[in-house]
Amino acid sequence: MTDASTSAHGDVILSHLTKSFGDFVAVDDLSLVIPEGSFFALLGPSGCGKTTTLRMIAGLEEPTSGTINIGKTDITYQKPYQRPVNTVFQNYALFPHLSIFENIAFGLRRRGIKDVKEQVDKVLNLVELPHLAERKPNQLSGGQQQRIALARAIVNRPALLLLDEPLGALDLKLRRQMQIELKWIQTEVGLTFVHVTHDQEEAMTMADTIAVMNEGQIEQMGSPADLYDNPETAFVANFLGQSNLIKGLIESSDGGSNIVSIFGHKISMPKSRSHAEDASVLVGVRPEKFRIQPAGTQMSGNILNGGVISDVSYIGVSTQYQVEMPWKQELMVFEQNDDGVPPLSKGDAVTLSWEPIFTFGLDGKEDASAGSEAHPDED
Amino acid sequence: MKTATRWFSRNLIRIYAVLGFTYLFIPVLYTFVFSFNNSTKSNLVWRGFTFNNWRNPCGAPDVCNALGNSLKIGLLSTAIATLLGTLIAFAIGRYAFKGRSLVNMLIFLPMATPEIVMGASLLTMFLNFGINPGFATIVIAHVMFCISFVVVTVKARIASLDPRLEQAAMDLYADERETFRRVTLPLLAPGIAGAALLAFSLSFDDFIITNFNSGNVNTFPKFVYISAQRGLPPQANVIGASMFIIALGVVLLGQFVGRRRNGAI
Repeated sequence: MTDASTSAHGDVILSHLTKSFGDFVAVDDLSLVIPEGSFFALLGPSGCGKTTTLRMIAGLEEPTSGTINIGKTDITYQKPYQRPVNTVFQNYALFPHLSIFENIAFGLRRRGIKDVKEQVDKVLNLVELPHLAERKPNQLSGGQQQRIALARAIVNRPALLLLDEPLGALDLKLRRQMQIELKWIQTEVGLTFVHVTHDQEEAMTMADTIAVMNEGQIEQMGSPADLYDNPETAFVANFLGQSNLIKGLIESSDGGSNIVSIFGHKISMPKSRSHAEDASVLVGVRPEKFRIQPAGTQMSGNILNGGVISDVSYIGVSTQYQVEMPWKQELMVFEQNDDGVPPLSKGDAVTLSWEPIFTFGLDGKEDASAGSEAHPDED
Repeated sequence: MKTATRWFSRNLIRIYAVLGFTYLFIPVLYTFVFSFNNSTKSNLVWRGFTFNNWRNPCGAPDVCNALGNSLKIGLLSTAIATLLGTLIAFAIGRYAFKGRSLVNMLIFLPMATPEIVMGASLLTMFLNFGINPGFATIVIAHVMFCISFVVVTVKARIASLDPRLEQAAMDLYADERETFRRVTLPLLAPGIAGAALLAFSLSFDDFIITNFNSGNVNTFPKFVYISAQRGLPPQANVIGASMFIIALGVVLLGQFVGRRRNGAI
């Protein structure tokens, strides 16, 4: 057996990676660097090419063109078993005919390691399931199988661990718990994790860096906070959380800020947060950044007048308002239920305001609804 | 009267089941009972109970020779048919190639061909090629009609095998050979074993095709058929009953092992 987990380590470098299936281009000239030791998420709707990318890194799919490197080692055309890469498969793919112990020992044994007990026990302790060593996979719950799949991969201490929608089959509560646990385990073992998911919350909770993918390309890459606070495209703005995108025109600039006219309202937007190519801009405000008050209340910052509440939903920690603006656009406003706001109801006339530094600007030619239909909360 | 009707309607399904099983098992029971018949010439009339037949199963002339031939032919045909059939099943189940659907259809044909026709044509073919019917021709004929059944059985198992398991093995440093040995084969084993059992029982059982292509070689079904015309010795019942017990034992063992392996869920 070739000793796979030998020399290759370092950053994972994808350059100009392309994969076509007939006429369909699944991954389109993708280049990115995944720093060693990081928790990296590839986030995107189904069909965006994230799983194909992952399978190419694992060696289960051969790229049409481009290269994959781990540090200085080119692994583009290596067989899956020659790569220092292990995968946690979507449905775990535990070997049903082997015990949990043998499942975990599988990779070690294939690499010719005779004394596997110590390492298997250690990793079983890490995932807190040492008592299940002699069971068969079908005797375990979904959450337990998930942990064993993880243990089976990390016991090999690969240079790179791939996770393909690892929490997709778990229920919400277990998923939350596993998110925290996965993050903890990654810190503990210090391996590079590449996590593929369509669940933005999952990516935000765990990853240091997120690459948002759409149609085979990377829309934007950055820390979760960067992506959320300062999205560069409408797709990112809508796919990561929700956004209000309002058409406007940049009229003038004032120091570090642009002054934008929105249907007669003048608002201010930091230049550093504007990604518009010309004067035409989509002004973005996250729903929770809005403040809402009865019409006529004195407010500071950017102000939009003339709204009428068209819908109110109370959801415990916050109340969500739909506000119809004079230009017939519905804006979303999330307000914390911490008695800063008088009770407002449907039909009330309101004024919206927000701090200028929370504004982000997208190019005016963009489709304001891009990415919202692909939103995982709605599928 | 009313309670009787109610009892009847409530137990109708049980009565039906008992009748069904009776219908299925009466011939088996008959075989058992008459294996203890103290008959000398013909085993058609009950002449009293004896253990002699069981004590001396080879007592009738040629019965054990025929049985030995049948076992040898069965084992050999099963081995060859299972190996070839499994390979064909892999080709059809796993690889896309030109003419795959044609192969898929053709493999069913031997099952659909009437045995009597197949037996006669095989004999014609052997004679035309100048091959004398005997042990070898029986094995060739048996392998031929067993292959289809093996292919169909193993193919079903391959179709239900999750390809991600093999990918996972490759991901965990197993090369193609190791993946086949450690993952693919063990997971297909129940299907292959089932196919082999089926092939064996088909081969062991076959009379029509064998009768055409066996020349002087005697097999157990042939022995039974020929002796039936003169009076079947009770040893035939002993062997039949033994085969039934062995088959039952294999099934029970399989169930037991399967249950132990999967543990209590």
